[in-house]
Amino acid sequence: MSTNISNGAGPSLGAGLPGASLNLGKRSRPAESAIKSALFGSAMLSVLITFGIIIALIQPVLEFFGEIPLGDFFTFDETETFAVGPLIAATLVVTVIALLVAVPLGLGAAMYLSEYASKRARKILKPTVELLAGVPSVVYGFFAVVFVTPQLLQDILSLEVGFTNALAAGLVLGVMIIPTVASLAEDAFSAVPQALRQGSLAMGANRMQTTLRVVLPAALSGVAAAVVLGLSRAVGETMIVTLAAGSQRNLSIDPREGMQTMTGFMATTAGGENPVGSTSYNMLFAVGLTLFVITLVINMISIALVRRYRQAY
Amino acid sequence: MSIAATTARETVQIASAGRSRDRNPASMVFLGALWFSLFFGVMVLVVLITDTAIDGAGRFDANLLTRYDSTLVPERTGFRAGILGTIWLMMFTALMAVPLGIAAAVYLEEFADSQKWYNRFIEVNLQNLAAVPAIVYGLLAVAVLAIVGINTRGVMLGGAIALALLILPVIIITTREAVRAVPEEIRQGSYALGATTWQTTWRQVLPSAVPGIATGTILGLSRAIGEAAPLVMLGLYSSVRFDPEGLMSAITALPIQIYGLSSNSQEAYREAASAAIIVLLVMVLGLNGLAIFIRNKFQRSW
Repeated sequence: MSTNISNGAGPSLGAGLPGASLNLGKRSRPAESAIKSALFGSAMLSVLITFGIIIALIQPVLEFFGEIPLGDFFTFDETETFAVGPLIAATLVVTVIALLVAVPLGLGAAMYLSEYASKRARKILKPTVELLAGVPSVVYGFFAVVFVTPQLLQDILSLEVGFTNALAAGLVLGVMIIPTVASLAEDAFSAVPQALRQGSLAMGANRMQTTLRVVLPAALSGVAAAVVLGLSRAVGETMIVTLAAGSQRNLSIDPREGMQTMTGFMATTAGGENPVGSTSYNMLFAVGLTLFVITLVINMISIALVRRYRQAY
Repeated sequence: MSIAATTARETVQIASAGRSRDRNPASMVFLGALWFSLFFGVMVLVVLITDTAIDGAGRFDANLLTRYDSTLVPERTGFRAGILGTIWLMMFTALMAVPLGIAAAVYLEEFADSQKWYNRFIEVNLQNLAAVPAIVYGLLAVAVLAIVGINTRGVMLGGAIALALLILPVIIITTREAVRAVPEEIRQGSYALGATTWQTTWRQVLPSAVPGIATGTILGLSRAIGEAAPLVMLGLYSSVRFDPEGLMSAITALPIQIYGLSSNSQEAYREAASAAIIVLLVMVLGLNGLAIFIRNKFQRSW
């Protein structure tokens, strides 16, 4: 038992009395080990879920590729019914717009919270920013359709956008992921040692110079992780793009046009009339697996980046 | 003499306030930009709530909460089935996700040897699960239902499974943080009196961590009730005209009804959807507020 406990931050329990603690630890306690294995089971469930996802996706995907050749799926040809290329391209367009909104604003908010705000101000301001992440995405989607497109883009900015367009979806999606970027970036800024700031200020730099030239570079890998996590959120978000970006397959980089993203395709297909087991229904799982793999890779990059800045300080 | 005194005073001012260098135009513009980025999101939220509230103002009546949806009289369509469905879903989601999440978190914090490869694997896996898109959990629930042999579309069980899987990582991560915040001395005191690891966890660590766990759980649940994507995958209908009856009952949920109505171009339905959004926002932001209240009121700083 003592080996388990001493993993924590505290000093080893049996340090003073190696013999005594060993004896107690060796005593067999059936109830204790039963509880431990039950808890271990719950933790292992998370691993099971991951494999469950993969297994759940693989079988219909195999069926799908039994009928449709790989080349017809992984192609950017718009005329091909089962092409995933245009969906990926549309996802990319929407995601880039979202990141253009969320990265500067999220980093700005994080810099203020970490470098400028007093402790008390942070306690109020941080939950306020995080509130944005609490708004359901279907609400954002509705807002994009009834406000951003007709009123903001068409009337106020007089852009020639369609009823559904990638621009409105991207802008609103960007607002939604601001807290994701801000929260992780703030962690990274706060992890920068105080000594670096003091050194910079002592050299005569002001707060802005310290923030931009000392804290930001020092926290770069954490900031990168924040951006990458925001990217993964944007790629996987469904309701905003389903409602606001439209459901027409469109290979275009013009954000004023409507285009269907991967998640948009999945929501539309699942809500549609395709019979379970048909090829178009199974394509759902093929697109789902593609999405899962893409987000998995992005997350792995993010985790690796976070580990880097944790090691640095 | 006087010049020297003034200079000295200025120097003291600069040194004590330490701000003069932050008063140049570039710094002020920068600070303004930071303020803007901090409050931009809040501004959007205010516009969103005001605009939706104005759109839905005509529909804040009893029909909105007590009636089922109506295709004949759009002016009197209601969200009774959706509101009840969302509440039931939330209950079953909590029932599944909270005990499992707390158990997993307790294992990882109090029992697991973090040097072992399988425990590290669980850790990395959890971080990944937390960022899996919600819609993928919908596909997983579809597969789980197929394995169990339930072929009816849009039943409560499927929705609850999908949402529980979705928030499980959130609950595990926040519970771990709460458990980790309990100081080591409390555990050591308990061990010193002869308690086992489980006795220490159950009687000392968990009670001390309750506020943190409650905050995380409520935040997770508020995310779950607003989520529509996994429910769309499960094929929940937006039009259900009876109250939920149990796990195998076909249900709808508030976000699903909003999604169903937003593609409808009739003005009356738009209005009803706006009003329903306000109801959903009250539920979600209410839960968020409750979580923040618990955190500020009960959270002990050791």
